[in-house]
Amino acid sequence: MNILVCVKRVPQTGGRIVLTPDGQSIDTRFLGHTISPHEECGVEEAVRIVEKEGGTSAVLTLGPAEAEEQLRDAMAIGIDRAILLETGGTEWDPVSTAGVIAETIEAQEATNGEFDLLLFGNEAADTGDYQIGVRVAVALGRPVINGIKEIWFSDDRREVLARREAPGGGWETFDLPLPAVLGVKEGLNLPRYPSVPGRLRAKKKEIERVALGASPSGALGLGAGEDAAGIDSAIPGPTKLRLRLPAEERTAAEVIGRGPEAAPAVVDLLERIGVVAR
Amino acid sequence: MSGAVVAFVEHAGGEADRLSLEALALARGLAKLLGKPLDAVVLGSQGEAVARRLGSHGVGLAHTASDARLDDFAPAAWAASIRDVIERRSPAAIVAAGSERGNEVLAHVGACSGWPMAANVVEVTPGDSWKLTRQRWAGSLLEDAALDAPVRLLTVAPHAVAVDPLNTSAPAPTITRFEPELEPADLVARVVGREAKTSAGVSLTDAKVVIGGGRGVGSAAGFAQLEQLASLMNGAVGGSRVVTSLGWRPHSDQIGQTGLRIAPDLYVACGISGAIQHIVGCKAAKRILAINTDPDSPIMAVADYAVIGDLNSIVPAITAEIERRREAGRPST
Ligand SMILES: Cc1cc2nc3c(=O)[nH]c(=O)nc-3n(C[C@H](O)[C@H](O)[C@H](O)COP(=O)(O)OP(=O)(O)OC[C@H]3O[C@@H](n4cnc5c(N)ncnc54)[C@H](O)[C@@H]3O)c2cc1C
Ligand SMILES: Nc1ncnc2c1ncn2[C@@H]1O[C@H](COP(=O)(O)O)[C@@H](O)[C@H]1O
Repeated sequence: MNILVCVKRVPQTGGRIVLTPDGQSIDTRFLGHTISPHEECGVEEAVRIVEKEGGTSAVLTLGPAEAEEQLRDAMAIGIDRAILLETGGTEWDPVSTAGVIAETIEAQEATNGEFDLLLFGNEAADTGDYQIGVRVAVALGRPVINGIKEIWFSDDRREVLARREAPGGGWETFDLPLPAVLGVKEGLNLPRYPSVPGRLRAKKKEIERVALGASPSGALGLGAGEDAAGIDSAIPGPTKLRLRLPAEERTAAEVIGRGPEAAPAVVDLLERIGVVAR
Repeated sequence: MSGAVVAFVEHAGGEADRLSLEALALARGLAKLLGKPLDAVVLGSQGEAVARRLGSHGVGLAHTASDARLDDFAPAAWAASIRDVIERRSPAAIVAAGSERGNEVLAHVGACSGWPMAANVVEVTPGDSWKLTRQRWAGSLLEDAALDAPVRLLTVAPHAVAVDPLNTSAPAPTITRFEPELEPADLVARVVGREAKTSAGVSLTDAKVVIGGGRGVGSAAGFAQLEQLASLMNGAVGGSRVVTSLGWRPHSDQIGQTGLRIAPDLYVACGISGAIQHIVGCKAAKRILAINTDPDSPIMAVADYAVIGDLNSIVPAITAEIERRREAGRPST
């Protein structure tokens, strides 16, 4: 199995989000970054599949030069190779992002052969656009399903079977012929921590870089491409104007006590709000 | 060119989904601003029955396709049906619920048409260029954006828009039946198997009381005391991403952005710092009680009540106190 995982570098925000003065992005001066959680599980799954089935795994990201860090993290747990579509830092809209990723996959496959499986996160943690994987799949003419929490293969390895949670509880199974595209969710597996030798190996690996430039408008012509599902040109967007923080509903918690001595006061409260019978 | 606003309505058991009613409410407001009609698309064998009852939500015209192949989730086929409506009706916008399915189906519509799609919108202002506000980071951050395309595709963030009060005297909508042309490729990704819920005890999303544990619980074994307290209140136990990443609890117990959204009467956050990604999962709780050694941890800004100290002594003390009162309340024999 040859597998590609698309990941995104996102800030590791903590207690409160702080925005840059121009309202265009999160102030990340004091923040670390991480691979968006759903995609971390995609990376782990790709490594497990290749460990079991053979083949190769690759990771791809579109982002700033610093996103190299997330690619190396993925290689540290066992991904074979990495591709960085370097943006120069500003955020790209989802239509343009998907267009460039689809084109890159086509170019990669022309030289390295087809990917049997493309893994995406169900949604990116920061923008939550819920669409890049679907757009790439449609551009490449491959079947796609999102929300996946379990993946296995048919005996002849021609199909991928995948499960997602049904709206009212329970599970729904899908059965897609390969090559296919899956949007996965956290819970698919429990990602391993990278080992020290893994980190050292990842440090030495080459990263394939493609310079894209600073602004999404530079990519407008790229869209989903002429050959994509008969679409002549895609319209980019939505266009971000600015970010803002929602009105805060801050309360100051009423301290009802300290230590185990607070137990009677807590139970009084539980009785008052009716969760413990008086 | 009708310029109508078309809402895509998901349904189950003959009823429109709650999130679809929220999407309808936003779509109805938008139609009013535009001075255009509000339509609905309802798919599957049950679709027409559901559609008939949408008059009270302001729908004037409902497009229904009763093809049984649309009964189960098949995102490309559902999207092809919506595109059929777009072709015949030339609407100004398609509005769907920001549910897993709604987002996925609209992404397909956007991908096939080459139009942008805005997920989890909370407000729209039409004009020469349409302005909208959408949620990022599961609602911890808002984005103001422009959306321009022949047809605007958007989904409505869950629980961000109030459902309109029913206008029960409104007439049933006019029904237009249609038969979307489904290509074999549209039906490749469709449900082929189903497993029912295997529920043991009260679920996190249904429980009236949820006890959440974070890194402060210290170990997988430390959760036994939370289980014990929860069982006294017919509650359920959940946790932060730290405890699922460490393997102390299964991921299905995770509360937050990449886990579950809960809305109990009481959420007891034990040894949880209150990161924004955790808070988006529990902020719908009626009340939050925090048990934490750190009086300055961010959870204090969202909690209603707090006990400061070590949960390892506080949680067992609360359990003991509830049991003591139960004993005392029991008639002596
Ligand atoms: C993209 C993204 C998505 C995420 N999604 C989620 C999500 O869905 N859900 C989620 O929970 N997190 C999520 N996170 C992680 C989140 O940012 C935090 O890292 C996490 O919630 C912290 O977990 P915690 O509160 O258990 O641990 P910590 O932040 O380490 O907090 C531990 C708390 O326990 C207190 N404490 C320690 N010992 C004791 C004791 N003995 N008694 C009482 N109190 C004690 C400490 O004072 C502290 O407040 C996500 C992060 C990212 C970047
Ligand atoms: N800049 C990016 N680079 C690589 N993959 C991305 C990027 N943005 C999004 N993706 C992938 O597409 C998925 C869905 O993203 P989105 O549609 O933005 O919510 C993510 O979980 C990633 O797997």
